[in-house]
Amino acid sequence: MVFDSKIPEGPLAEKWTKHKFNLKLVNPANKRKYDIIVVGTGLAGASAAASFGEMGYNVKAFFYQDSARRAHSIAAQGGINAAKNYPNDNDSIFRLFYDTIKGGDYRSREANVYRLAEVSNNIIDQCVAQGVPFAREYGGLLDNRSFGGAQVSRTFYARGQTGQQLLLGAYSALSRQVAAGKVKLYKRTEMLNLVLVEGKARGIVARNLITGKIESHSAHAVVLATGGYGNVFFLATYAMGCNGSAVWRAHKKGALFANPCFTQIHPTCIPVHGDQQSKLTLMSESLRNDGRVWVPKEKSTVEKIRKKEIQPNDVPEDERDYYLERIYPSFGNLVPRDVASRNAKNVCDEGRGVGETGLAVYLDFRDAIKQFGIDVIKAKYGNLFQMYEKITADNPYNTPMMIYPAIHYTMGGLWVDYNLMTNIPGLYATGECNFSDHGANRLGASALMQGLADGYFIIPYTIGDYLAGMPYDKVPEDHPEFKKSEEEVKHRINKLLNINGNRTVDEFHKELGRILWENCGMARNETGLKEAKKEIRELREAYWKDVKVLGINEELNMTLEKALRVADFMELGEVMIDDALDRRESCGGHFREESQTEEGEAKRNDEHFSYVSVWEYKGDNKPEVLHKENLKFENVKLTQRSYK
Amino acid sequence: MSWFTETFTSSIGRKLLMSLTGIFLIMFLVIHLLGNLAVFKEDGGEAFNAYSAFMSTNVLIKSVSYVLYLSILAHSVIAAWLWISNKKARPAGYAVSNANENSTWASRSMMLLGSLVLIFIVIHLKDFWWQFKMGGTTDFEIDTLGNKNLYALVAAQFKSSATLVIYLIGLIALAIHLWHGFQSAFQTLGIEHERYTPAIRFLGKLYAVFIPAGFAAMPVYIFFFK
Amino acid sequence: MEKGRSYTLKVWRQKNAASRGEFKTYQVNDVSSGSSFLEMLDILNEELTKKGEDPIHFDHDCREGICGTCSLFINGRPHGPEEEITVCQLHMRTFQDGQTITIEPWRARAFPVIKDLVVDRSAFDRIIQAGGFISVNTGAAPDANAIPIARENAEVAMDAAACIGCGACVAACKNASAMLFVAAKISQLAMLPQGKVERKRRAQKMVEQMDKEGFGSCTNTYACSAECPKGIEFTHIARLNREYLTSKFTS
Repeated sequence: MVFDSKIPEGPLAEKWTKHKFNLKLVNPANKRKYDIIVVGTGLAGASAAASFGEMGYNVKAFFYQDSARRAHSIAAQGGINAAKNYPNDNDSIFRLFYDTIKGGDYRSREANVYRLAEVSNNIIDQCVAQGVPFAREYGGLLDNRSFGGAQVSRTFYARGQTGQQLLLGAYSALSRQVAAGKVKLYKRTEMLNLVLVEGKARGIVARNLITGKIESHSAHAVVLATGGYGNVFFLATYAMGCNGSAVWRAHKKGALFANPCFTQIHPTCIPVHGDQQSKLTLMSESLRNDGRVWVPKEKSTVEKIRKKEIQPNDVPEDERDYYLERIYPSFGNLVPRDVASRNAKNVCDEGRGVGETGLAVYLDFRDAIKQFGIDVIKAKYGNLFQMYEKITADNPYNTPMMIYPAIHYTMGGLWVDYNLMTNIPGLYATGECNFSDHGANRLGASALMQGLADGYFIIPYTIGDYLAGMPYDKVPEDHPEFKKSEEEVKHRINKLLNINGNRTVDEFHKELGRILWENCGMARNETGLKEAKKEIRELREAYWKDVKVLGINEELNMTLEKALRVADFMELGEVMIDDALDRRESCGGHFREESQTEEGEAKRNDEHFSYVSVWEYKGDNKPEVLHKENLKFENVKLTQRSYK
Repeated sequence: MSWFTETFTSSIGRKLLMSLTGIFLIMFLVIHLLGNLAVFKEDGGEAFNAYSAFMSTNVLIKSVSYVLYLSILAHSVIAAWLWISNKKARPAGYAVSNANENSTWASRSMMLLGSLVLIFIVIHLKDFWWQFKMGGTTDFEIDTLGNKNLYALVAAQFKSSATLVIYLIGLIALAIHLWHGFQSAFQTLGIEHERYTPAIRFLGKLYAVFIPAGFAAMPVYIFFFK
Repeated sequence: MEKGRSYTLKVWRQKNAASRGEFKTYQVNDVSSGSSFLEMLDILNEELTKKGEDPIHFDHDCREGICGTCSLFINGRPHGPEEEITVCQLHMRTFQDGQTITIEPWRARAFPVIKDLVVDRSAFDRIIQAGGFISVNTGAAPDANAIPIARENAEVAMDAAACIGCGACVAACKNASAMLFVAAKISQLAMLPQGKVERKRRAQKMVEQMDKEGFGSCTNTYACSAECPKGIEFTHIARLNREYLTSKFTS
């Protein structure tokens, strides 16, 4: 297997500029002769589709939601990073690059991350011009805040709804291109297969979710911007419809999958209330700027609170364990997400977790309210407090919040080169569904940045380089390859509809989630992973024998939609485990219990694992083959992260 | 479509006409009330008759009165037009509706209230305007100042309990119509300001109570005290 | 947290856009008071599936009140009885044990029913396509701080921009009017210097499209604002009227 990351030579700061100059161009008059398919209309997809339309390409944009405005980028709260250095606090492109590489625990490509930092400033300019109402100072200039433990204030935000505002900005740009006739939207349409003609990505097969019609769509290039696969865990902060099917279908057609075990766990989610729960709600990490995380020092205190003999506020100062402040005196409550999450798990494992389930820790604003006054806290976090109260019926102004980590983001995804192209010519992956920029752990406020960087400022340049070498001819949609792909899809659907077993799709999905959360979640070890691999295989077999999918294909059938997605998750979950087994080191979101320091901190092993794991599909029921892309670090010195 | 039809057939354009005619009618009501206060003068109706004669002969007033007729007509016709298109916008209704939780009854019943007011206006015009100005069925006496004695007709009409009830119903409908309509007219015009809008709303509510109450005072006064 | 609650649900069932729908009554048991309304429907759907009955179709996605997908008319109100939330944020503790709950789809000519409680809201997309944007190509933007914007204006713009496009305003309005939705976008862009350039054209195009879609007109009942999950105020409708009328009379 040959795959070339195509990272340009030369000094880090000049790579992108030089590379751009070397990219081939498509003559403006010829752009309209090329069709591009974009799957997904989140930040990465909508921004790319809009930009392609503006440039003159014909774009077809597909999404399973009823409107392009609803993709889950909309739920991002905290903000978007950029190296503007407006607050004059010594931020720079290099510093943003450095923080991102370090935050990703040195498992990402230097060149990609530098480029991300480089274009970050353009994103802010673009969004402001689109009418995104970022927070402003009284002087009328943009406000910044420090986020997720960054030592500089580089995060731009729009109240607690930054993702929503950025997405609506991209959606409005997209809408403009729809009106101009350059983009055609396919709502409630889900990609179910990738079509290759002569080894190149030439289209997709999709299901119209309302009529059930299986449709072929041909194009000169296909861009996947389908987000992460975190819903493999069943309970996650993802939207209910988020799925890994598009990337998984691409993988099965030969696209390489990188670092599948790198999943991010976000420390500030609302804890699970019981077994009827369908999803988890995240609360912005900005809460950790002022909230103090603690659990009682003694288990007996936990019991008393649970029996309602005392209230959390009654616990005296010397009986509280502000464990993050204790273990990490310099970063305290602002340690990165993986560290905060793992420590929450540790105290809960010790039996000091609070709440009905014992799987929660306190996030307390008592001291912040005392220090700054209730009005200041309300102005900063009012909407988050309100959201918390709506869900839990507890008022965080009076009693500490309860939080627990939850699956939030997947750093892994389709392998792409510097041009964001997968190893399949003409197939691109942007945003969360590629692996490229966040290594083993993503920093706060960087997901929005990457989605928009890819969509607005990277792929519009790189796709031309590929298209310039493509003939204008279109592959007809009745080409045998399309027909074959359609048949594959129809076959799967019929198979699912005809099983008529006894267990619902959700029952299988919950079980899959449990297996992965317990064995491939916040802490992983060889025994557990091997057991999980076995369990997943058994579950997958049972799925294809005993799942109950009602109704027919030719109607709106949400059970069938979900059944197709879960079927793919069953396969994807296994590669996650393979990858977690292979990576016998702890790094970022991946914590192997076998690889920790005496103090229980993650221990990276740069000597043996400084590579991107690249998995190749070899056929059903055949083991996936691991390839390695070695990571070269020429501009940063690898250090063990320390937040002490 | 021409600019004119495009503007005034759009939903906001039609609302603009509703607002402008509404505001004109609101202003008219003030003038109408002030003039009619002459009813209360204990002079056997001389002042009232003189006022009526002035209103029906002055050229300026006469021309404004055409605007008035047109306003009433336009306000009613456009209302019906809007009402029909609004009904079309929701062909299938809800089985359970709990609209009191989100809006006032008055705001949702403008068509009903407006229809009642229109019926009332027709009766009112038949009672006096048609008799006085269009010949009607009444032979007017001439009062001491040489004016037609409309006052005598008014006094006679308002002695009937049926008329009193009809007038009170009409005026109550008008009051509720104005309770919502006054501020609504300004909202439609886009007149909205943190400081002034609350004042407009307050004024609207005062107006909605006191103007119809002032009108109601006349039949009530004549029925009970004359 | 209280477990074991029961509810009687009267739910609108409609096989597809062409068929006639009807209410069906279901009993759902063993619901925890901490469950969300949609989780309660999930429980019912699991039971229905096990019994071999077609599960109730309803739109939902993020389940944290921001995507605007969920859209149920519950006991006579869009998004149910609580203020400023979407259905997915509504929790069963709001309802008494044993209560009967009626669930209907959004009702409007412009939002035809697709199946059960799922409606087609593409009309909103077409309104945005008509002019709900600032015409700036990627890469053509000046520095973000080149144009200062008074904080007060940015805040008003943000208030309006909070719209999630769920359609509760249309569902609540007795005229099925989309004025609050349109106003939110027009107001947001009218408050920002970047949006002022195209404001006249935008107001005219968006209102024209709104009318074309078959939404009703505004009677200023303000039911829309009262039911808006994001608390968008009807003052934005006044701004829309102003924008539209000034654009009409000055262009």
